[in-house]
Amino acid sequence: MDVKTGLFYLFAAVLLFAAFRVITARNPVYAALYLVLAFFQASAIWLLLRAEFLAISLVLVYVGAVMVLFLFVVMMLDINVDGLREGFWKHFPLAAGVGALIALEMAAVLMGGFRLGDAPRSASGPMAANANNTLELGKLLYTEYLYPLEIAAVILLVAIVAAIALTLRTRKDSKYVNPADQVRVKARDRVRIVQMPVTRAAEPVAEAAAADAAKENKA
Amino acid sequence: MTLTLGHFLSLGAMLFALSVIGIFLNRKNLIVLLMAIELMLLAVNMNFVAFSHFLGDMHGQIFVFFILTVAAAESAIGLALLVLLFRNKSNINVDELNSLKG
Repeated sequence: MDVKTGLFYLFAAVLLFAAFRVITARNPVYAALYLVLAFFQASAIWLLLRAEFLAISLVLVYVGAVMVLFLFVVMMLDINVDGLREGFWKHFPLAAGVGALIALEMAAVLMGGFRLGDAPRSASGPMAANANNTLELGKLLYTEYLYPLEIAAVILLVAIVAAIALTLRTRKDSKYVNPADQVRVKARDRVRIVQMPVTRAAEPVAEAAAADAAKENKA
Repeated sequence: MTLTLGHFLSLGAMLFALSVIGIFLNRKNLIVLLMAIELMLLAVNMNFVAFSHFLGDMHGQIFVFFILTVAAAESAIGLALLVLLFRNKSNINVDELNSLKG
């Protein structure tokens, strides 16, 4: 058994353990963290398969973005964990049955359909050991798969718009101005020009003072 | 003993079976359901990369690239729906999603 095989069994064992803990963890935060561990192990296995670019982008995209999103959401929501665990063991027999069925079917296909002793055919050509994986992937991606690549970009854009539009909440106390009303307004709606005389003749001071004095004397 | 295609395909099959079991076990918890779907996609991607390596064909890795893109979009929209659901119902129990039932 060479080093590569030993490493494969190590990574595969940790991957399956992490996946098992993801589906059985009581707290969703632990489930998300075990999912991070599972993605790291899968990335290591892809490195064994010489898919370096995909291994690195799995860590960047999944561990860096998607799992952080999961953790944000799990921690943002105030979830009653015990209520969600109801019926966990009630469904166990059905789950075990379906899981065993899938495993048996896949084992039948794998044992019957694939000669397991084949050596990898990637020893030569664009996937040889000294070939540049990212370079070869980029060559294919930007020539033969250019159109699907642009569709993928549009899908990501739609996802951004949909995620923001779904969770957008306008505040009730914000000072919001309707742009249509703002454009339609005229100057005369806002400013009123009043014609006033420039100066006004002042009342004589002495007469006013005398009148005041006469009032006080009467009182 | 060297690594063969069967090793990787068996690993992918076990991972897929585990995530199906997870979907059945956590039928109420929408977050763990989404995580199980991510695990399923990982199992499928594992098969694609293994076939790509053992058949010497680069196109499998391109396909994994697109699956990663779609999975990222899917989980972003799924989590947005989850937040919206929690805002309206104050829990994420799948059993209570019966507003459309007549």
